[in-house]
Amino acid sequence: MATPLPFRVFESEARVYRRTWRGSVISSFLNPVLYLAAMGVGLGSLVDQNLPGGIEGVSYLTFLAPGLLVANAMQTGAGEGAWKVMAGIKWAKTYHAKLATPVGVPSLVAGHMLWSGARVLMVSVIFAMIMAVFRVAPLLQSLLAVGPALLVGLAMAAATTSFTARLEEPTGLPLFFRFVVIPMFLFSGAFFPITQLPGWLQPIALATPMYHGVELSRAIVVGTEPAVTWWVSVLYLVAWIAFGAAFAIAPFRKRLTP
Amino acid sequence: MPPLIHARGLTKRFGDFTAVDGIDFAVAEGESFGFLGPNGAGKTSTMRMIGAVSPITEGTLSVLGLDPEHQGPQLRSRLGVVPQEDNLDEELTVFDNLMMYGRYFDLSRAVIRERIDELLAFVQLTEKRHSKVDALSGGMKRRLTIARGLINEPDLLILDEPTTGLDPQARHVLWDRLYRLKQQGVTLIITTHYMDEAEQLCDRLVVMDKAKIVAEGSPRALIEQYAPREVVEVRFPAGVLDDVADRFEDLASRTEVLADRALFYTDDAEETIAGIAAAGLEPETILARRSSLEDVFLRLTGRSLID
Repeated sequence: MATPLPFRVFESEARVYRRTWRGSVISSFLNPVLYLAAMGVGLGSLVDQNLPGGIEGVSYLTFLAPGLLVANAMQTGAGEGAWKVMAGIKWAKTYHAKLATPVGVPSLVAGHMLWSGARVLMVSVIFAMIMAVFRVAPLLQSLLAVGPALLVGLAMAAATTSFTARLEEPTGLPLFFRFVVIPMFLFSGAFFPITQLPGWLQPIALATPMYHGVELSRAIVVGTEPAVTWWVSVLYLVAWIAFGAAFAIAPFRKRLTP
Repeated sequence: MPPLIHARGLTKRFGDFTAVDGIDFAVAEGESFGFLGPNGAGKTSTMRMIGAVSPITEGTLSVLGLDPEHQGPQLRSRLGVVPQEDNLDEELTVFDNLMMYGRYFDLSRAVIRERIDELLAFVQLTEKRHSKVDALSGGMKRRLTIARGLINEPDLLILDEPTTGLDPQARHVLWDRLYRLKQQGVTLIITTHYMDEAEQLCDRLVVMDKAKIVAEGSPRALIEQYAPREVVEVRFPAGVLDDVADRFEDLASRTEVLADRALFYTDDAEETIAGIAAAGLEPETILARRSSLEDVFLRLTGRSLID
């Protein structure tokens, strides 16, 4: 039976990744260790001294870890949708080469999303293992929290891809990271509850895909009750993925198969 | 036998700009068919429509009996494409590039491995098998791109300006390989703005200018039809050419005065050269040569192919 076209795209992305996997895996381990040690343990000891009841009833490390898991997935997803897409369309033009084969634009986007999902899954599973090492939660529970992280990573990969595909010049990408990704990383409830934000900022935080993932993953790890019903958050993230990927198709067509 | 490619009234528009304006042509199986024309004539747009990566605006187009618009994946699985710009994966090795590409066609790894051996030998890159692509020369990259285009054993190979930007030696190596493919019976479509390339490789060609086909035939037939047998090219010192141009009239059956030289079209070059001397003209250089497609193009459009 013929291999579905998106899987063929996935395979080629994996072949490219094979060349750089070592460095990538090392930083996937190092990132959570550094963050959890500095913020969770270091900064956390100060936080815990001042909040004897804990933050939402748990230590700062336990509060932070599931949020960071999702924040990390969010950044990874955004990364997959940025320079690689720019290179495929404009620099190395490898997408043009793919489209001269049976692969068409929708399969190319689908394959790219599959691969982005795989990357997010890789970094998130590693992150969950480190969480277990830091005794935030048992391994199984940490791994369950990867589910929401994967959704957030995919949502960001889809949104970033459709953004990048509309850029003529790469100068928009650093701006996107500075003014969208980093603020989302910091202010979507991973480091502190969004109720600490000024009132006018809270709806913005609530609208980010990351916030919903953080709440879900924290509910799994800590047992807190999310402010938004869980299935509403899941649907919201799925909508981001679906619309993000769908919005990438038109600019891909315009630029690759005009 | 029905033609492998058949186009009628084929048109491509981008907004207000008409890139291809209602062209008709047919390519038979085993033929090596060329599109000759300057940059911007509409050659690449035509190739992209044939390659099912650019929807047609108007007219009809059938390639290998398939409709590019609705049977794109099926059609592309039987095509080989060598694009104008190399789009190899520079970070990967020669082998990985070919393996990756073969997998898009859903070929088994074992089959691809066999073909890689054959194709690398064919394009003379066997010893570069494990080199990274960005370490290859321009000519090697082109040859690798051709090998990549052949990985699925296509029924039709589309080459868009295959030797543009290569040095003469690399061009000859490439021509030699393409000539072999032609002998093996592979149907080739080639766009080029090099007349010598078209003369070497094409059984038949169309001359394109400003989105239209202005002539069609074999290189020999086109030259016979549009240009006398021989050409005398004369160059004058700067500034002199314009002053003496009015004395050219009776020297040849047709003359073209270009920016830097004048061309005399004639059936007997020696007689024309004698006539130039007899007329008291003193050009810097005189060169007699056989007519080429360049002359055909000049005749048809009043411009040279490469400005």
